[in-house]
Amino acid sequence: MHIADFSIGMLGATAVVGAGIPIAAGAGLSIKLRGTDQVVACFFGEGASNQGTFHEGINLAAVWRLPVIFVCENNLYAMGTRQSRVMLVDDIANRATGYGIPGSGVDGNDVLAVYEAARQAVERARRHEGPTLLECKTYRLKGHSRFDPAAYRPKEEVDEWLKKDAIARFQTKLLDMGVLTDTEIKKMVQEVKTDVEKATKFALESSFPEPREALDDVYAPEESAVKK
Amino acid sequence: MREVTVRDALREALQEEMRRDKSVFLLGEDIGRYWGGAFGVTKGLAQEFGDERVRDTPISENAIIGAGVGAAITGMRPVAEIMFGDLTALAVDQICNQAAKIRYMFGGQVSVPLVVRTPFGAGVNIASHHSQSLEAWFMHTSGLFVAVPSAPYDAKGLLKTAIRGSNPVFFVEHKLLYPVKGLIPDEEYTVPFGVADVKREGKDVTIIATLHMVHKALNAAEQLNKEGISTEVVDPRTLSPLDKGAIIKSVRKTGRLVVVSEDCKTAGVSAEIAAVVTEEALDYLDAPIKRVAEPDTPIPFSPSMEKFVIPDEKSIVQAVKDLVSKG
Repeated sequence: MHIADFSIGMLGATAVVGAGIPIAAGAGLSIKLRGTDQVVACFFGEGASNQGTFHEGINLAAVWRLPVIFVCENNLYAMGTRQSRVMLVDDIANRATGYGIPGSGVDGNDVLAVYEAARQAVERARRHEGPTLLECKTYRLKGHSRFDPAAYRPKEEVDEWLKKDAIARFQTKLLDMGVLTDTEIKKMVQEVKTDVEKATKFALESSFPEPREALDDVYAPEESAVKK
Repeated sequence: MREVTVRDALREALQEEMRRDKSVFLLGEDIGRYWGGAFGVTKGLAQEFGDERVRDTPISENAIIGAGVGAAITGMRPVAEIMFGDLTALAVDQICNQAAKIRYMFGGQVSVPLVVRTPFGAGVNIASHHSQSLEAWFMHTSGLFVAVPSAPYDAKGLLKTAIRGSNPVFFVEHKLLYPVKGLIPDEEYTVPFGVADVKREGKDVTIIATLHMVHKALNAAEQLNKEGISTEVVDPRTLSPLDKGAIIKSVRKTGRLVVVSEDCKTAGVSAEIAAVVTEEALDYLDAPIKRVAEPDTPIPFSPSMEKFVIPDEKSIVQAVKDLVSKG
């Protein structure tokens, strides 16, 4: 459930909304102290922008000019609560003003718009000018979790957003630009489908771990620690 | 050997580790060149290592620890200071849900070499928000180590072990101990985690005590000695890992146990230690275990009331005598 892959710099997904924001600032600080040209991208929803960690973490990254891009995927609902019921601002990007950093809002379902905004934020970070708050307006295709039918969302709103599906739009764009053909797209979709099916099959056919593995990895091995 | 205070011993540990390893850095409120920490532990370190490695932070405890976590999982060895232990409550998510669990939740891919230093303890008349002893919260959290030094030697050696280790360490300092003096060697040394220290040998009663209570227990033992009662004082030095072996060994020898701790009695440090002995060494006890602890109140502001709730030599002496009189 909590995915992480440190071998590629993916520092993990926390279940505590907003808790990754100061951790991202710390990873940015680490980059600054180690003197590499890495950049941190920290993803969260608009709901997380009401957490204290949003304020503390972004302010810290701002005042220390850390190479972090705070990416708010604003999908209008924090679990089932619509944004307008819990805050008076529409644009999370405006909250950047409070930290003295740039905040930019983009159509999160426009791949190239997100790319361009992210590119600017990365360049700013690598110029040691500090973090950017990037708000990508988007929508969930489904509910919050597999148990959520998302009945709190009006049908018209869902239909309207489904028309703006980022992948479908990008396909059309690439076709129009002549970058890809219909056949190539179909082939790519099929490849991805096969990958997912393979992964699903692997998961379903794998046995559960040894129960006693529950006792592993609580602590990293230490020479001096005697506690079991 | 030379005599230093706990404050100096802690500073030496930080200084030596920062000189030894460039990935060690400090962050916290007012720890930098203008103040050197509210209790002066980091005084002079910003002058030696610069503002980049001794970082003054905003008043953002959650972000201080969160930034420590982020740096620790990406190759650094941060030592974060929370100015008063009571304020760690603001960062409990980062300490207990993030730092302590990241390794476990991500299948052992990464370790979190973060040290959180903070002062606990009453006795300076600064009320409930600056005087509590909350180490049991962190002792209760799996994935964290908890160090509780009572002397300069232990403070320096344990802090160096904490900084060099691979796990998140909650490092408790007691604010009354900063000026307390003791001998440390001139040469390099560390103190391992999970190894208790017998601060005084005795044969009639064992007292387990931590932090400032070690000193009160030693004073009590001295008084009791004059009355013909021989008391052994054992300091676990780390609560997690807890040196159960040393505790049980002493109980086997004396057959009587008093646990002294400054934190609240209910579900506190003394409760856990008493439970360990009950579970693993009941047969060696000649009398019920006695606990001397804070009577489950917030720490009062008034000096007379504060003195009343904090365990003192008199209550320790009384507890020992009660046990001895029970045969």
